Formats: sequence, structure tokens, C-alpha cells
Amino acid sequence: MMSGEFTVSRTREAMGRGGRLLRALHLDGPLLLGLSAIIAFGLFILYSALGGNMALWLRQVAGVAVALVAMVVLAQVPPRFIRMLTPLAYAGGILLLLAVALFGDVSKGAQRWLDLGFIRFQPSEIMKVAVPLMCAWYVHDRPLPPSLPHTAVVAILFLLPAAFIAEQPDLDTAMLVCASGFFVLLLGGLHGRWLALGAGLLAAAAPVAWHFLHDYQRQRILTLLDPDSDPLGAGYHIIQSQIAIGSGGVFGKGWMNGSQAQLEFLPERSTDFIFAVMGEELGLLGQLTLVALYVAVLGRALYLAAQCNDTFGRLVSGSIALTFFVYVFINSGMVVGLLPVMGLPLPLVSYGGTSMVTLLAGFGILQGLHSHRKLVRS
Amino acid sequence: MRRVRIKDLFREQRIFEIRSLVAAAVVVGLMLVVAGRLFWLQVIHHDHYASLSQGNRVRIEPLPPDRGLLLDRHGRVIAENTPAYQITLTREQVPDLPGTIARLAGIGLIEADEQDRIERQLRSRPAFEAVPIRLRLTDEEVARFAVHRHELPGVELATRVARHYPYGPVGVHAIGYVGSISEDDLKRIDRQEYFGTAAIGKIGLERTYEDRLHGLGGFREVLVNAKGRSVATLGGVVPDLRSRAPRAGEDLELALDIELTRVAEEALGTYRGAVVALDPWNGDVLALASTPTYDPNLFARGISSADYRALTGDPDQPLYNRALRGTYPPGSTIKPLMALAGLETRLIRPEDRIFCPGAFSLPGSRHRFRDWKREGHGTVDMRDAVATSCDVYFYRLANTMGIQRIHDFMAKIGFGSATGIDVEGERPGIMPSPAWKKQSFRQREAQVWFPGETVIVGIGQGYWTATPLQLAHATAVLATRGPHFAPRLVRGLRDPGTGESTPVPPRPLPSVQLDNPANWEVIVDAMVAVTSGPRGTATRAARGAGYTIAGKTGTAQVFSLGQNEKYNEKEIAERLRDHALFVAFAPAEEPKIVVAVVVENGGSGSGTAAPIARTVFDAYLSGATAPAATAAGTAAEEAVTP
Repeated sequence: MMSGEFTVSRTREAMGRGGRLLRALHLDGPLLLGLSAIIAFGLFILYSALGGNMALWLRQVAGVAVALVAMVVLAQVPPRFIRMLTPLAYAGGILLLLAVALFGDVSKGAQRWLDLGFIRFQPSEIMKVAVPLMCAWYVHDRPLPPSLPHTAVVAILFLLPAAFIAEQPDLDTAMLVCASGFFVLLLGGLHGRWLALGAGLLAAAAPVAWHFLHDYQRQRILTLLDPDSDPLGAGYHIIQSQIAIGSGGVFGKGWMNGSQAQLEFLPERSTDFIFAVMGEELGLLGQLTLVALYVAVLGRALYLAAQCNDTFGRLVSGSIALTFFVYVFINSGMVVGLLPVMGLPLPLVSYGGTSMVTLLAGFGILQGLHSHRKLVRS
Repeated sequence: MRRVRIKDLFREQRIFEIRSLVAAAVVVGLMLVVAGRLFWLQVIHHDHYASLSQGNRVRIEPLPPDRGLLLDRHGRVIAENTPAYQITLTREQVPDLPGTIARLAGIGLIEADEQDRIERQLRSRPAFEAVPIRLRLTDEEVARFAVHRHELPGVELATRVARHYPYGPVGVHAIGYVGSISEDDLKRIDRQEYFGTAAIGKIGLERTYEDRLHGLGGFREVLVNAKGRSVATLGGVVPDLRSRAPRAGEDLELALDIELTRVAEEALGTYRGAVVALDPWNGDVLALASTPTYDPNLFARGISSADYRALTGDPDQPLYNRALRGTYPPGSTIKPLMALAGLETRLIRPEDRIFCPGAFSLPGSRHRFRDWKREGHGTVDMRDAVATSCDVYFYRLANTMGIQRIHDFMAKIGFGSATGIDVEGERPGIMPSPAWKKQSFRQREAQVWFPGETVIVGIGQGYWTATPLQLAHATAVLATRGPHFAPRLVRGLRDPGTGESTPVPPRPLPSVQLDNPANWEVIVDAMVAVTSGPRGTATRAARGAGYTIAGKTGTAQVFSLGQNEKYNEKEIAERLRDHALFVAFAPAEEPKIVVAVVVENGGSGSGTAAPIARTVFDAYLSGATAPAATAAGTAAEEAVTP
């Protein structure tokens, strides 16, 4: 009995110690647990998706480490500094985008990279964080729901960088940037009738937008409607992806055992189509587990956002959380054949350090905004 | 005045909470859609996608069966499977493709003007695939490649199994050959069975016994990746793949003696002609020769169009199987059978003598049927008539018997119908009769049989035609004195797996029963007189043989002479000369072998055909064609070594 009580109290004490450590680091335990579970699960399937290539896998592990550091560091920054730095970050981002447009590196037919000599990076990644910050910064001390002029200003704030990014061309990131700005407006209380009006205008503009799309983008949309029209060309990705998922069944073919993925029938298996590898090797159960983890992380993130006692923190956190979900939905929707093929990775799972860093940086800011509130209150 | 709105923090908080909840609900809804789609793919349509996935990863590779061998009567291999060499190039292993191709052209392994075509062909195939760029290398080219191999990374010597005939042209008209499968072939075979097979029997035994020789094709499933490259494992796990071993075709054990066939072909020399040798007691075809011959290896390797044109354009028609398909007037070779028919119908007795004045006329007709001997043979009995080949005796006999009786007797021995030999392509020849004549010409009712047509049938001329095989087959009845067998080339089928052979029994035909069996000896005695009697036509060819030969010479007209002209061999163009024929068996008392010889434009049966038969008899009866005694064994072994 004694030893049992002793153990329990030891555990509580340890938990308490852990909790205190997390609080000291301005981190949220449940959110961190969810993120860690997703990342661990992701590394697990990534090893198989890379065909057991240990060197590449270790690079991803290193990317995860860097991203975690970035998250922890950003969580320490007090909200007022973040608020202060926001316009600077935004302006810097715009300048970098301009630099990319003028001097950027061309890679895979798109001008997205800026080579600073020691590092090559995509300024559009900065904007994924800077845009929601800037939009929230603009509306946080103005009355909400936002008036029409304020709404228009916010729209310009996110449409300007989006236009630069779309020009690169990187329509997928441009769309994410727009979404992050839009979520600020939405959570800030954008009027329902304006929302309807906007949706109506967007629908009306769709045929016009169609003309401005690149051929490959149009092809992707047409392919979604009828993948079998060109099974070895545009439809190849979507067909092979569905074969991978469908052949996995409920329990999957087993880790490292998916023929679609391991024999390279599935394209982009370690990046955009890693969700299909999961479907093939771990089956419906594996995929639903991941989906559940995503929903849990999103729910916790929204909860933390709602707990913020200032508008800036709430809007930034809410936008980061919902943008995260856009990634999840667009990638999984594309892989299962519900959405056209787009270049968005599965967040925290797909191979690639950049998006890992961007995403965890966002979650770092989100946790910092939440935890510093408590310090203010006490 | 414009109303100033102030911040309502509580309201902002509430708006945020409501909208967050709505957003969360939308998120859950959208993820349920994704989950529903997953359920649709992975549970409802799982079987469909599982089979698509299986089709993706597995390629079926055929495992062609080994074709059965052909073995002669002494077990010598006369058709086998040997490796043929080809050069393959694997693009991904070649550092400099145009340079390598130019190098291959430089050392003469590919044609210089083929370089562009070969490069295009290579670039159209996956980089990891070993593409054949040159087939059928000669030994010399193989050696040359070996010398230069180190300069040519990515270029390899590959082997495939190809049919090889170690005896080359010997016996080709019996053996036949294989060739690549054509559109026509595809119509008569089960494509599934020939999935991995490159060659099929085209003619001869190779074609007739195709079903037995081919065997059963096997297959194996191979794991392939998206580029079609075969891979050993799948993420470290060796998958469960199906396979079926091929079953080799059966070996044919032939009655044919390949060395005896060689002897016959060499005896025919540069003549166009045929020799068929049979064992009269079971129908075994001991030799089947038709000249000129050709090399079946040309076809087995894939014949070039120039070679093929040379064969088809040759005026001597080497592809023509004279032994089975050449139909010739049998000429005097059927006189012993005519005599036998006369005895059996009791229209004549052996000792009956007639006077031969050198010509025969039908009563009331001025047409003279001339004897080959212008001055006539004088008074002859049956033995003399056969030995000297007196035409007048048989004109008269034929006229007495009438065409119907002649037809009925000869048809019983096999004239006018196929012998039933176990190889395709045999022609039946013609045994004429009034009914046949009505069937075979236009204006059927107007076709009347004339008595003069019966007269010339008596010496094997007129409408009567027969193949060399039929002549040997018919003569075999005289050798056995009655028992008769369908000729056969195959006398056993051997299972290459167990080595067990199943004999193919001889196929007996209805025996020829004589009312008076003593008549057999009368005829045989007359035939022995042909080769050894004082007036025999073939005595020169039979001189010095340690056994008795019963035979009959024959000469078939190619060119008709006018009524009073004399045949002069030297003055007539070679192509218009008479065909020389000879049928015989030996030893006469206890025959072991029957031979029929036809030499196109050979002149006379006694001068040209009989010596050929003698050579064949000598070789067979002395046992010289059995393996130990001849150089045949070494010749075959040499051919086997690549």
C-alpha cells in the first residue's frame, strides 16, 4: 500500500514537474503530445516511403529537430514583441518576394527560391506566418466585426503577397496565404452577408479565373473529373494513388510492404502522396488514426486560441490553426481523389524540412501567445 | 455625425468562440468526407483496387519448353537445341552510346549503315533492358567480340536456344525444319501454349509431330517496378509469386538411318531424284532422300531473303520433296506386279510364251505400240519378259486383263492413294481407271476410256503416276510375299524426363493374299533374273554383290517420240531425257530392305538408277551405316560443339 501511494505521489510529482517545465517553456502539454504523435507517426511511415533510405530519413529527423527548436524559441517571445515585430516581418517578406521576382533562382520551372549564398529559401514560406500576423495586427485594435474599409485593407494585406507568390508561379502557397488572411477576417466576425457576397463573386469569377490558369492547372482539374482519360499522363498520379489506398484495405499490406509505393508506381511517394503510402501499408485504420490526431491537434489549437484574452492572440492563433487544417484537407482530399492534384504536402508528415519549420514555428507562436496570457493575468 | 464604434472585447470573444466552433464543425465534417472516401476505396472497392495493384506489380514471364530431339534409328541426334549467340546492349551501362555503336560497326559486328537505326531502336526501349542488336553470330564473330569485349562496357554476348540440325542437309526432306511462328501458324495453334516459344515446325517431321515435340510451356511471375525493371524483393520481403515449370517435348526415335540417307543422297550426286528405302517387314523408312537438298539450319536460324530467293529461284527446286511429292510414271518398274496380276487373274501362266516382234498393235488399228527394243525380244516367257523388260509382252497382257482389273489389283497394293506415311505432304499419285478418267477431266460424260490407254498402262505409262515412296511401298509386298505395312518414320517416343520410350507399333495394312502362293516365287525369281539372268537389264549394277537382288528397272518417258523416231539420248536436251527408275529388294530370299530410286532425266534405269540402289544395299546390308563403323559419330559430335 505504502509503496503504491508512494509511486502515485511520485508520478504526480513528476507530472507536476513536467507541467511546470512546460509552463516555464510556454508550451502546451496536450498540443505538444498531439504534434509529437503526428511527427512520430510521420517519421515512421516516411522511412518506408523513402524506401528505407536512412540518409534521407535522418535529414528529415534533423529537419524535425530544427523545427522543434524554432517552435520552442518562438514560444518564448512575448506577444507584445511579436506584435511589434509584425509590420517589420511583413514588410521584409514583401521585399524578399520582390527580390525573388527580380533575382530569384529558377527551379523546376518556377522562380521561388532566393539564394543568399549560405542558404536557399523560399520567402513565400515567411509569408505563411507573416500574413496572418499582419492581418491580425491590423484589425486587433479596431472595432470588430471589421467595417468594409478595414476589410478591404486586410484583403489587400493578404492579396498583395498572394499575387507575388501566384506569379512565381506557386498557386498553392498563394492560396494558403489568402486563406490565412481570410481566416483572420472570418474569426474577427466578418459579416455573414459579405461572406455570401464574396462567395457569390468568387463563383462568378471562376470562369474568368479559368482563363488565367496555366494549362497544367486546368489539366489537373479536368483530370480529377475523369482520371481515366489519360491514365499514363495527367491521370497517372490520381489513379496510382487510389490503387495504393484501395489495395491497402482495412489493415494495410504492412509497413515497408506496399507494392505501389515500394515499386515506385506511386509518384511523389515521400512528399505529396505520402498519405497514399500510409493507406497502402497501414490501411484504413492507420489513416483514420492520423486523421483523428489532426482533428485533435486542431481542436486543441482552437481551444488555446479561444483562451487568449487579447484579440491579436486569438486571431493569429485561430488563423494558424485553421490554415493547418487547410493543408490537411487539401492534401488528403487530393490523395483520395476528391480534389485536383496540388502541390501541398501533408503537414508534419511529408518529406521536406521547410514546411516542417514553418508549421512548427506557427505552433510555437500560437503556444507563446496563449501561455504569456497567463503570466499577464498572474 | 458619424457614429464612432468602440471595441467590445466581450463581443469579440463571443464572436470568436462561435466562429471557432462553427469552423471546428466544418473541419470535422470535411474530415468525415475524407474518411468516407477512404471507406469507399479501402472497404467497398478493395477487391477492385487490390487486383489493379497486383496487375501493376507482377509481370508474367514465359518459360518455353525444350523442344523434343530427333534421334535416328541408331540413336544419333539429328535435330537438337543448341545455344545461338547474339549481342545485346544495355543502355544504362554504356557511357557513350553513339561511340559504342560506332565501335561495333568498326569491328564489323554491325553494318555501318545500320548505326542510326540501332541507336533509335535502343533509345525507344527502357535504359535497363538488354536489347538484342545483332542476332546469329558466327563462331568467328563471337571470337572477334571476345577480343574487343573490354572496350565495350554494357555490350554482352547472350545466348538463346535455337534448333540445330547437326547433319545439315542430310535427310532434310524427312526431318523438315522449324522457323519463326507466322500468322498462318497462329491460326492452327493455341497461342497460350506458344507464349514464349520462338519457333514452330514448318514442314516435315518437325511439323507433323509438332504437338509431341513442343511440350508444355511454363511461366513465372516476376515482380516489377513502375519502370518495368524486375526486382527481387519488395521492401525486404520476398513476395509470394506463382510459377509453373515447363514440360519438355517428347523425343522422336526415328526409323530413319541418317547415314544411309546420306549414302543415298551422295549416290544421287548432282542428279535430281529420290531414293526411298523401307524395311518391308514393318514399314520402317530406312532412308528418304530427295536431291538437291538444302540446309534446314538456314531456316532454323532465320533465313535471309537472299538465301530464300536463291532456294526458290533454283531451277532444280531443292525445296521440292521428290520422294513424297514427286509423281512419276512408274514405267517398267511395275511389270513384276503386272505379271503377278496376270497370274492371279489366271489370264496367263508363267510358262506361256509369246513372240515379240518389237511392236504391238490392237486388232483393227494401225497404231504401233513400240517396244523399247526396236528389233524385238523374240519369243519370251514371263521370266524373260520381266528380265528383259519386254514391252510387247505387257502390252498384250494389259490388253487381255482390261483396265478395271489392272486398277483393282494395283489399288490394293497402294497405287493411286497415299501410303499413310507419318509425315505430312505425301501425294497419292494416279492409278487410272475409266471411272477416274470421268472424274478428272472436264465434260465428264464425254470421257471415254480407249483400249490404247490400257495398253500403255501395261508398261507403267499413260496416266499412271506414282511417288518414289509408293514404288518402294508397292515393291515391299513382293519382298514380304504378302504382308504389308504403312511406311513410318517414327518408331518410338521418348520422354526426356524419365528417359522411357514408348514404341510406336508398325501399322499393318491388309495383306495381299494370293490364290496360289507359289506365284510369289515366280515373280521374285523373274526379278532376280533382272539382276543376274543372262538377259537381265540390271546385271551390271548387281555384279559382285554378296547377296541376291530382286529388282526391276524402269524408264519413264518425258518426251514423246513420233511413231517411227528412235530415241537418242545424246541428241535430246538433258531436261527432256527419260527418268531412270529402279525398284529392288535384297536379299531376294529373305529381304531386309526395299529400295525405290527415281532419277529425273537420268536416262536409263539400268545405267543410272540401279547402281544407286546397289550402293544403298551395300551400305545397309554390310552394317556400314551403324554408328561404330563409320565417321558419322564424330561428325555429329563436332556439330554439337558450338
